[in-house]
Parts: sequence; C-alpha cells; structure tokens
Amino acid sequence: MEDLSCKVLVIGAGPGGYVAAIRAGQLGLDTVIVEGQYHGGTCLNVGCIPSKAIIHAADEFEKAAHFAGDSAIGVKTGKPEIDFAKTLQWKDGIVKRLTGGVGGLLKKNKVRSVAGWASFVDGKTVEVTGGDEDVRIRADNIIIATGSVPVELPFLKFGDNVISSTEALSLEAPPKTLAVVGAGYIGLELGIAFAKLGTKVTVVEAMDKILPLYDKELTRPVEKTLKRLGVEVLLGAKAKGASKKGLDIETADGKAETVKADTILVTVGRAPKTEGWGRDNLVLDMDGKFVKIDDKCKTSMTGIYAIGDVTGEPMLAHRAMAQGEMVAEIIAGENRRWDKRAIPAVCFTDPEIVSVGLSPDEAKEAGHDIISQNFPFSANGRAMSMEAEDGFIRIVARKDNKLVLGVQAAGRGVSELSTAFGLAIEMGATLDDVAGTIHAHPTLGEAFQEAALRTLGHALHI
Amino acid sequence: MGEHVIKLPDVGEGVAEAELVEWMADIGANVREDEVIASVMTDKATVEIPSPVEGKILWRGGEPGDVLAVGSPLVRLEVDGAGNVKPGEEAPKEDAKPAEKKAEKAPEPKSEPKPEKKEEKPAPKAEKPKTNGAAAAPVSAMPRAEGEKPLASPAVRKRAADAGVDLRRVPGSGPAGRISHEDLDAFFESGGAAASAPGAGLRRNTSVTDVPVRGLRRKIAEKMEAANDRIVPITYVDEVDMTALEDLRAELNKTRREDRPKLTLLPFLMRAMVKAVGEQPHLNAIYDDDAAVIHQYGGVHIGVAAQTPNGLMVPVVKHAEARDLWDCAAEVARLSEAAKDGKASREELSGSTITITSLGAMGGIVTTPVINHPEVAIVGVNKMQVLPRWNGSEFTPRKIMNLSSSFDHRVIDGWDAAVFVQRIKSLLENPAMIFID
Repeated sequence: MEDLSCKVLVIGAGPGGYVAAIRAGQLGLDTVIVEGQYHGGTCLNVGCIPSKAIIHAADEFEKAAHFAGDSAIGVKTGKPEIDFAKTLQWKDGIVKRLTGGVGGLLKKNKVRSVAGWASFVDGKTVEVTGGDEDVRIRADNIIIATGSVPVELPFLKFGDNVISSTEALSLEAPPKTLAVVGAGYIGLELGIAFAKLGTKVTVVEAMDKILPLYDKELTRPVEKTLKRLGVEVLLGAKAKGASKKGLDIETADGKAETVKADTILVTVGRAPKTEGWGRDNLVLDMDGKFVKIDDKCKTSMTGIYAIGDVTGEPMLAHRAMAQGEMVAEIIAGENRRWDKRAIPAVCFTDPEIVSVGLSPDEAKEAGHDIISQNFPFSANGRAMSMEAEDGFIRIVARKDNKLVLGVQAAGRGVSELSTAFGLAIEMGATLDDVAGTIHAHPTLGEAFQEAALRTLGHALHI
Repeated sequence: MGEHVIKLPDVGEGVAEAELVEWMADIGANVREDEVIASVMTDKATVEIPSPVEGKILWRGGEPGDVLAVGSPLVRLEVDGAGNVKPGEEAPKEDAKPAEKKAEKAPEPKSEPKPEKKEEKPAPKAEKPKTNGAAAAPVSAMPRAEGEKPLASPAVRKRAADAGVDLRRVPGSGPAGRISHEDLDAFFESGGAAASAPGAGLRRNTSVTDVPVRGLRRKIAEKMEAANDRIVPITYVDEVDMTALEDLRAELNKTRREDRPKLTLLPFLMRAMVKAVGEQPHLNAIYDDDAAVIHQYGGVHIGVAAQTPNGLMVPVVKHAEARDLWDCAAEVARLSEAAKDGKASREELSGSTITITSLGAMGGIVTTPVINHPEVAIVGVNKMQVLPRWNGSEFTPRKIMNLSSSFDHRVIDGWDAAVFVQRIKSLLENPAMIFID
C-alpha cells in the first residue's frame, strides 16, 4: 500500500469538496482530494446540472407542442417529436464537459486527485481502496465532504421500476405513466418535465400541500401549471408499496387505491452520507443525522472539518461551495467564520420559485415586526411580452428600519433574479436601497423595485 | 437690519480664483469694521480679507480648502441699516442656505471631524427631533439589540475579520445601522482595534490617515508638478573652497556696524551670482515655453527658497544688482522673517528670475534642486564642512562646500551651465573679486 502525506485532505469531490481543494491549492497548501465515483459529485453528475438539461429539453418540447396547436403569438409548426436518446446524449455531453473541467481546475491548482473510497483509520489517517491502487494518506487537516444520497423508503426499495432521481435522469425514454412519491422540489421538477414530455404523471404527497418548504402564495403558480399539464396531485396520501399495476397508496380519507404507473419515482428527500467512510473509527459529535459543525465548519475533532450536505440543511451545492472556500482559508490561517446572511434556494419548477432570506412567516416567527408586499408579473410589461405573467416578486422587510429580510419570487426565469435578491440581503440593503436603484426597463427585475416601492407604500405601476 | 454681502475681492493681478485657507470668524460672531474674517491663498501669497463693515456673520461661502472664484459671495453679514442686498434680489434663494447651515451647526458647535456623515443621515434626525444628542454619540455603547447580527457588506466583514475586529462592537452609521467602511475606519482610529486584541505584543497597524493637500502645500505640489512636467533639468555639482570667504565673513561680522545685519553666506553668493549672470545674461531669465520666448532680465531678482512652518516659500530679493552686500543681507533677513510669519505679500513672493535654495546644516552633500518654473536656473547650496585637501605638498584642513545647480537643459547647454558654476566658484574662492568690477 502506497503512503501519502499532505497538509489538506478532502474526502469527496462534489461541489463542496472540489471548491475546498481548489481554494486550498490556490493558497499554496499541499492538497489531496479523494473521490470514489466522479468529479463534481451529485450536483454535476446526477443532480443540479443533468436535471436542468432534461428540464430545458422538456420545456422546448412543450413549446413546440404548443406551436403545433393554436399559439397566441401566431407561430405554427407541425407536431413535434423527440429523439430522447439524443437528448440524453446531449445531457451527458454537458456533464462530461463540466466534470472534465473540475479535473482540469484541480490539476491547475496543483491538487493531487486520488481515485477510490476513503475510510478513516484514525483522526489523521485514511485508507483509500477501490481505486487503481490502495493508498494510505496522512493529513494534518481533513475535510469531510461526502455529501448525501436519496432517501429510500423501506416499503419501496429502489430497483426495477422503483427509481430515485439518479435513475430518472437516465431513463431510456419518458415513461408512459409515472408516480412520483413526494412533492418536494426534486419530485416536482422531474414530474413536470416528464409531464411535458408526454408522461401521465401522478404525484403522491403525504402532507397537505406541495412544496412544503414554500408558502401557498409561492406554490400557487406551480399548482396552476400542474393542472394545465394534467398532473394529478394526491395530497395527504401515503405510499404503501409497489404492485404490478403501479403504486399502492392510502388516500387522505383512508381508502386503499392503486395509482397506475409503469415507473415509480421516489423523491422523499436526501440523507447525509454518514456511513461508508469509517466514521466508527472517529468520535465525531452528531447533530441528528448530520455531522455536527461549528461556525468554522470544525467538527468535534481537532483538524477534522465537514462541509456540505453531510453537515445539514439546506442541502444545496452553493452552501457547500461557500463552506469549502471558507474552510480552505481557515486552514491557511485566515480569520474566517460563517457569517452569511442568506443562502438562496431555487426550485426549477414551472414557473420557477426563488426564496432568499426569510419568508413573511419565518420573519414573524423570528420575532420581527415586518412589512411585506408583492408585485405581480401580470403588471409587468416584459412578462406580458413573453407570455410569462404568472408569478410575482415579494419583499419582506423590518418595519422599524426597513431592512430587507427576505425576497421571494415565482415566475418564469426568476432563478436568475436570485442574484439580485442575494446581493441585496448580503449587502444589508433597505427597501429604500432597492427602490432607489434604477432597474432596467423592460425587465422582469423591475418587479423587484416595484415590490420595494409597494412595500414602502408608493408603487408606481399598480 | 439689513444684509451685507462680502464678495471675494480681486486679490491680485490676473487672479481668477483663490483658495480659502482659514476662517477667522465663526457663524454668529460679531465682527468689527476692518477685522480680518478670512484668509485666502492665491498663487503664492496668503491674503487676509477684512470686513468692510460691522456686523454679525450669518453665512460663510465655503470651507477651508474650497476654491472660490473672485467676486463670489464670501460672507453674509447682518448689519445695521440697509445693507447691500436689495430685498428680493437673490436674497431669498441664498437665504435658504444660511438657515439650513445654521440649523445644522447649532446643536453641534464642534462637529468638524465628520461633517459629511452628519449630512448623510437626515432621515433619522428628522424622525427623532429631540433625541439628537443621544443618537449622535453612540460611540462606546453596543449599537444594536443583544443577539442581533451586525449588518455589514461581505467586504466590510472580511476587512474586520482580517483585522481581528468583532463587528458587534462597531457602531454602524448607515441605514438600519449598517456598518460601512467609514465606520470601520472610525473604529480603528478611535483605537477600538487595539482594545479588542488584548495581550498581543506587536500588532498590525492598518490605519491610513488622509491628509488633505491644501493651501500652500497644494500650491507647492502644483508648482513642482509643472516644473517636472515641462523642464528637462541638468544638474551640475562642484565643490567650492570657502576658507577665504569664511575668513572674510568672520572679519566683517566682527567689525560690522551696530545697525547692520549679521552676514550669512547668502549675500556673498547673491553678489557672486549678480556678477556671473552679468556675463551670462541668458541664465537670468524666464522661459515662456508656451510662447517660445526667453525673457532675459536686466534686473537680477533672486528668489531665496525658505522653509516656513507652512511649507516651502520663495521670497524674492528684488534688484540684487542694485544692492550691496549689506543691503542684500538686510533684505534677506527681512523677507525670511516675513515669510516665516506668513506676512509676506504677494509681491514679495513673486517675480524672481533666478533662485537660490539652501538647507544650511541640513544641506547634504548633493541635491538635485527643482527649477523654480518658469526660471531656467537654480543654485543649491550644500552643507559646509572641514575636509582635508591636498595643496601640492601636504593635506590642509579646508572649509569645503558643494554647489548643486540645476538648469533647464532645453535652453541652457551643459557648457554654459559649467561656465556659470565655475565662475561662481572662482568668485567665492577669491572673494575680493566679488567686489572688483
């Protein structure tokens, strides 16, 4: 077994791990990164990126189908077809380019990549197996960035036609009928995409609303789309197991029924990957099912840090990246701690949903006296001219000093506006700052300024 | 009661604007006729502006460092009688200003350190009319509720972290209590940073003090820049054996009449320069490079660069060719006194045709004097020291001094420069020749 030693060892080359390694390399730290599967982790390979590719293909297909009918703008085409094998090829090409890019960036920053699965021997040593060669690595600092995996239901084990989001991104063809268990953002993003590709989709959700993390106002435009696409949503219904015909459920009023489905997609959340890397050989404090960290991402053991999904909610790539960057700087001796005010969350449903900072309910719960108003896209010229009038932008601010606490939006393409929302909150903007910034006309972003004006009591265009 | 406006008077020939250097009277102060209310600076001279009437100052037309145009209102006075402002004539518009300024100044008589900040937050002031005093000075107290995160941009947070400052201790002046870079600056300046890191021996000093370049300093800077931009200098250095001249000077000082000033080296050098430029008149000249004309002067007006408490000044000994040694000495003494006291007039500080620069004991071995634009020559005097020199058979102690002289090479050739310096050298080494025509 080969022996290696280094200053920084990163376990897992997902968005958190590879960013930590790149930053450590930039700072001149001798860095090794271990990855058992693929550079880029879930995000690049079986998460954010490929799902966005499928969603884009589905959107384009739906648009073409719309033009084959009676489109309001006068564009007419024939009935569209989709060569799904080609779609997947195109998607895989994007993934390949991005993961290749990560490998290049690591190399450029003098990070040594070791293929294989790392397992702790003690607090300073890991053994890597399953790669070309078994390696023992001793490191002064170790960053655990093992990520998360889809949650499996005991009565709906993955296999055959019961799939997780990973398999859903590589289906040979869109299923004829699909049951989605769990109406969270992953289930709805994929469910809507397949519905657009012609699949008959049924969503089964145990709670009494879709997208439980978002309030009713934000989810209403998505409900409208689900209805338009003919997606059946069964709220308060419990999945019970798979049968020949499809998915057995217990409905809200306690009746046993079967949802017809040739494929069952289980998207009931993701769980931190806390097993399989020798956690037993360490004495790490846990925070529920997550590895417990402090505001410097330090675990309970000296020299061991943890970042990303394994450390808790929100399980988002950009949170992991920011943590990775910070930890590399801390190891390099810089004075850093987690001081972010907001982590944007985006749902790539149709329409998209963005939430940055506190929602009105969360703000009230936190004890703030708030003011909040929205501005609907139905009063926005740009939205009208691109047939995207569903949705709105909403601002939540403190009543006393007008500090912006949160911004939420639903609407086509609003994911891009998360940038503006995040910047405003991170910079400590007040309503007057947003209202006093000239927003280009005609853009969807104008609704941000108008929402601020409306919250201040003097909207101009409504 | 009427209002009297004092406008910035024409303070010198061809002067279009002047920089406000100092206010001698505050708003609200009563001034008598002829009492000085402000001093302004033109090219070189500081000019004091007296009040032509008696009255009470209502408004001032700027802050030190502002450049005002000649003829613009400088001060508004409340006077007995009609004043010089007709009712309705520009008064209402300008009246609004004094009122504002007065209101702003009134609660805080000494708010000079951060006048800008005060103006930045009129809103909170307006909302809390009577708690001004308390709200204005939350310096040491925790500025936000307990447990509340400090509000600051990521850049400010990073700067604070790098300096080891806990932002919870920094008061924020921005909207919603936001901490700006300026707030952090103020915190550092107040010594907050030092207090936050106890026990450490050596600390990083991250402070930056901004010193406004104003008044005389600005004039000097502009002059130097002009000189450097335009002139192509050549500097020529040679040593002068001052032993004979120093003996003569000591003798003259010992036997001088009571009413005569003590002789320094300068009057000898001035006389030597008068003689030298008599033979090389193109060195006593002003080069108008824009017009491509060299004005050769008959009169030798020697500027003498002098360090004053305010900075470098160059009082001018006019017509040195018409002054004898004692007269030169007296004039230098008088002018340098005036310059040091800041009393030199504009006329006394301008009109030189050639310049001497000397730092006396601090003169060093060699300097590269900057030519007093638009002149073409400057003679720099380095320090005198006793050094061994070979007289042909032995080393003897001699009083040796270097002259470092710069010339505008655009119009003065190296040869001419050398001839000029050698001429002065030979005159100073044989001082009797200075006095023989």
